[in-house]
Amino acid sequence: MTYIRPKFRHPELPKNELGYSVDYYEGALSTLCAGCGHDSISAGIIQAAYEMNIEPHKLAKLSGIGCSSKTPAYFLSNSHGFNSVHGRMPSVATGANLANRDLIYFGVSGDGDTASIGMGQFVHAIRRGLNMTYIVMNNGCYGLTKGQDSATADQGSKNKTGHVNLFESIDLASLAIELGATFVAQSFSGDKSQMVPLIKAAMNHPGFAFINVISPCVTFNNNMGSTKSYDYVRQHVEATATVDFVPKMKEISVEYGKGTHKQVVMHDGSVIQLHKLSEDWDPLNRQSAMNAVLNAKAKNEILTGLLYVNPDAHDLHHMIQTSDRPLNIMTKEELCPGSEILKEINEGLR
Amino acid sequence: MEPTDISNPEYFHKVVDCQHACPAHTPVPEYIRLIAEEKYTEAYMINWDSNVFPGVLGRTCDRPCEPACRRGRIDGKDEEPVAICRLKRVAADNKGDVKKLMPQGPFKANGKKIALIGAGPASLTVARDLAPLGYEIHLYDEQKLGGGFMRSQIPSFRLPETVLNEEVNYILDLGIHTHFNQYVKSLKETLGKNYDAVFVGSGAPKGRDLNIPGRQEAAANIHIGINWLANVAFEHTAKIGKKVIVLGGGNTAMDCCRTSRRLGGEEVKVIVRSPFAEMKASPWEKEDAMHEDIPIIDNHVPKSFVLENGRLKGMTFEKVEAVYDKDGKRKLVPIGGEDVFFEADDVLIAVGQENSFPWIERDLGIEFDQWDMPKVDEVTFVSSNPKVFFGGDAAWGPKNVITAVAHGHQAAISIDLMCRGESLNVRPSPFVNLVSQKMGIHEWAYDSAVVNDKRYVVPQAEKKLTLSDRKKEVELGFSGITGFKEAERCLNCDIQTVFTTDKCIECDACMDVCPTACISFTENADESDLRNMLKVPATNKTQDLYVSSVLPTKRVMVKDENVCLHCGLCAERCPTSAWDMQKFFYNVTKAHTGCSSHK
Repeated sequence: MTYIRPKFRHPELPKNELGYSVDYYEGALSTLCAGCGHDSISAGIIQAAYEMNIEPHKLAKLSGIGCSSKTPAYFLSNSHGFNSVHGRMPSVATGANLANRDLIYFGVSGDGDTASIGMGQFVHAIRRGLNMTYIVMNNGCYGLTKGQDSATADQGSKNKTGHVNLFESIDLASLAIELGATFVAQSFSGDKSQMVPLIKAAMNHPGFAFINVISPCVTFNNNMGSTKSYDYVRQHVEATATVDFVPKMKEISVEYGKGTHKQVVMHDGSVIQLHKLSEDWDPLNRQSAMNAVLNAKAKNEILTGLLYVNPDAHDLHHMIQTSDRPLNIMTKEELCPGSEILKEINEGLR
Repeated sequence: MEPTDISNPEYFHKVVDCQHACPAHTPVPEYIRLIAEEKYTEAYMINWDSNVFPGVLGRTCDRPCEPACRRGRIDGKDEEPVAICRLKRVAADNKGDVKKLMPQGPFKANGKKIALIGAGPASLTVARDLAPLGYEIHLYDEQKLGGGFMRSQIPSFRLPETVLNEEVNYILDLGIHTHFNQYVKSLKETLGKNYDAVFVGSGAPKGRDLNIPGRQEAAANIHIGINWLANVAFEHTAKIGKKVIVLGGGNTAMDCCRTSRRLGGEEVKVIVRSPFAEMKASPWEKEDAMHEDIPIIDNHVPKSFVLENGRLKGMTFEKVEAVYDKDGKRKLVPIGGEDVFFEADDVLIAVGQENSFPWIERDLGIEFDQWDMPKVDEVTFVSSNPKVFFGGDAAWGPKNVITAVAHGHQAAISIDLMCRGESLNVRPSPFVNLVSQKMGIHEWAYDSAVVNDKRYVVPQAEKKLTLSDRKKEVELGFSGITGFKEAERCLNCDIQTVFTTDKCIECDACMDVCPTACISFTENADESDLRNMLKVPATNKTQDLYVSSVLPTKRVMVKDENVCLHCGLCAERCPTSAWDMQKFFYNVTKAHTGCSSHK
């Protein structure tokens, strides 16, 4: 049995602005099935963190339970991590975020962890505008328990045993738009050139950023009749736009043809550049984004790319007006200023 | 780019850098694995088939394989190549009975007679390859024993006589007719003896001289390096003065200075015209010389021999520096100042050697070029006389043992083809095999894990012992355990990554897992563009790109072979076995292993 990743890396690997090459963002060698889409998403996350010059200790990765939720072991080994209870990752993320608003929160979940057991948690995290990136590695089945249909399996989709799914699927992207997520995107694990810029833009977004990534389960859901197989997705994928994320302070030199090019300037001066492929869609308009998703669904297309973004988004801290200083670095005296102050506050409420 | 044609064995052959760089194309990783399995006899026989003198070469080879070794490239810093040469010695030192695995005579005579002139590695290789086919081989040499320059020029402290004798005798025991102590004075005479072919493997026997003032007057204490080494080897010379200057920067100079240290030389110096870094000697031979307290003084051009009372007193030198023009051509320019004087009782001149064919008449149909070298075909080794073949140093000037062996194999094939009346230009194909190594999940038939060990150093005998005895071998060789550890450093580059386009579902798993970022999926382009479109640009142009045919997404798979660790993770993570690790065995066909029918 020899399944060991050698320590050697390409001697000419480039370094990012912090002086790290991409291998500094790696994790352990994956123990998921060979060819799992989740591994591609992990690689995309590694690439995005490297390109964003993220200091690993300034990022916390959180997950629930499932194949998808194992993946934080396979990326960003030098970052903080919390593998929580099934479906309860949003609660842990909320707590962590409230205590320390200075970290980048990166949640990883699956279709079971999000659309079934964790649905209640998921929708409320969106409502509250928690400042985090939430990725669903969506393979439409319960891979860890041998491939039963999940809540995101499309109606009419056939699983490996030939069973046809009778129930309506939950469309996580439209749900997120509906509930007020301020950044919603869809992607496909087999298309890193689209996925990586989306992850970068999501990490930079100051509110709840949701990315639903179709990620084929090679072992249990890559068969004929499945709507989440590599072949099916490739045949039915339809991109909203090609996406590029340009961090602030960098000159934009790319020129696009008139009418198809859109720049979304974000809160901090960074830019999401979109080379639009579909005309009747405005990524800044929730209704338009919703229509685009529904229209695609009606045509049996899987719409990928950025669906909706609100560049003026505000997060939970802004809404509830917490301190700019993270709570976790405040002293006991600052957090419990004593009975005198309490008395003062109470007086003010009389 | 066009899809790579992996059905052409030369593609995968080139991936096995060490084997490709070896003039005789020895299947290096195959024998290194056998050493790791303690199958020393089998490892020896793989070598013996390819390079004929594993024990000799395991000590003295110029090792063109090592600079080529992929291991030396994989971290861009201090990682060194596998000690391929010294592993070969491990096989030779620990082998069992190999003789019974060699061709067993007497062989049924085929009625053809071949003369080999010079009993060095080239001729001995021809003898070994042809004798089992029934040729009557006559081997001529002026010395009393076979081995040629392996015997006369390589000192015993680097190559013990017992090792050389053993491997020369394996060949002579195949029923070779030896004519030792017999200097061939005339090729015409030899051709007159009704040989069906004559092979000239007489080496480059003439040491270059240095005609500067004082050369004639001090002749008694000035020696030509290769002649002096031969005299030492055949025990005609046993002493040298206390102060010795060795002129020259090649491996012969290193052998001269180290031999001098053992024959009474106390203050031995090597003085060389070129800068230290540009000396022709192998780095390890320079190190060994310096280890024996021999300073190497560079950038000194010899000017004259100085005599006192009719006897050599020393030499003067002009100090120079190397200056390079815009084409990188070197010129040694005097830096001024007074000439430098070094004392010497004896001087050894080791500034190169040349071919010399005074014994070949010029009316035998053998054409000579403007440098008085015979015109020899680079593939078939035949001269312009269809019965006369050349090989080893005799063909194109001084090279090394392994090159001579490679020439010998090809010359033997040509002689066999000629004797059977077939075209010399239809060369036999190599023996090739490609077999999957998959045993199960996470299990391969080879040791796929890449170890992190640094190159092991070969232990040496104590200097006190070796300097007092000319025949005491300096290097002790790896022990079995160190040999195993060093063998484990081999990346198994012959276990090829074989890609089947039809099976690929483009899940990117291989690209994501590859530790050295060798694999990319991208749009196709011309090679120069494609090299820059990869995950990490492929800047080493001596290494090929492995390109698939077009995939369903219109992309192609491109693998930069340069720093592939052959760890098998791509195949491990491939859900459809589009990648497979397959052992590629490539062996140059020799005359005696060829499957041609004999008429």
